[in-house]
Amino acid sequence: MLTLYGKNFTSRLLLGTAHYPSPEVLTRAVQASQAEIVTVSLRRESARARTGQGFWALIEELGCRVLPNTAGCHTAKEAIATAEMARELFGTSWVKLEVIANDDTLQPDLFGLVEAAQVLAADGFDVLPYTTEDLSAAERLVAAGCTVLMPWASPIGSARGLINKDALETLRAYFPDIPLIIDAGVGAPSHAAEAMEMGYDAVLLNTAVAKAGDPAKMAEAFAKAIEAGRLAFEAGLIEPRDMASPSTPVAGTPFFKIDHAS
Amino acid sequence: MKVLLNGEPFATEAVTLDELCASLGFAEAKIATALNGSFVPASSRGATQLAPADEIEIVAPRQGG
Repeated sequence: MLTLYGKNFTSRLLLGTAHYPSPEVLTRAVQASQAEIVTVSLRRESARARTGQGFWALIEELGCRVLPNTAGCHTAKEAIATAEMARELFGTSWVKLEVIANDDTLQPDLFGLVEAAQVLAADGFDVLPYTTEDLSAAERLVAAGCTVLMPWASPIGSARGLINKDALETLRAYFPDIPLIIDAGVGAPSHAAEAMEMGYDAVLLNTAVAKAGDPAKMAEAFAKAIEAGRLAFEAGLIEPRDMASPSTPVAGTPFFKIDHAS
Repeated sequence: MKVLLNGEPFATEAVTLDELCASLGFAEAKIATALNGSFVPASSRGATQLAPADEIEIVAPRQGG
């Protein structure tokens, strides 16, 4: 059972809603993923197109909890105002807090992130910060009031997987009781399984499903990989070793002779 | 009066933010608003007077990751 800000979830997959070829494919992918939380954003609404109104109707039909993001914000001030608009718009105090430092890497601006997290947590938001694997930033986010952390695996949309696994392992070991969600950079179900085997609590992804040849099938693949990875973590993985260790019993091997001559 | 609406120059007769939203057909729509970089709750739009060159954001739900 995954618990985030007092809410319990069976699924450990959080799915993004962007980049799908059609609304129907989005719906099928969310259903196949069995995700209980989907991420959304807010954008400027045109009086003519009214794009957001139709999109909201689609999201409501999914029946999932929504996690609004502050994607595209480059300062704490922008992120705070965006979070406030999102809280009213989506009727939730949950926010995936993003403050972006660099448009090429979409790396979080950790200074702006901590600043915004402090303000929002004090204002009653349940902040899920999109951060890096940096331990000192994580400590400050927790001190600010975040009870969930969402470190990246690699840059958003890069599909490169866990590029700094050692630091992610350190983060996991250092915060045994904080739910940690891998957010961004996951490209394949094996990446997600790897994170789950390390004891991460959940995985948030979007592009790897949305841009797959068959998004619904890929969503199912991720759901299975995440479940398998979690089961493996709970079961307890064996330690790697340098030399072989026979799996078949040695005792009673036919034709076995002890060399009595030596 | 000329304001900046969602980043674009826009001429309006609206006196308040609420009137502006209504004039755009957003009276019943799922939107949120900000004025000059700060969030304006729906309940405050009626009391929020507009001034020339105000920067207004009107946003709605959209796909996100």
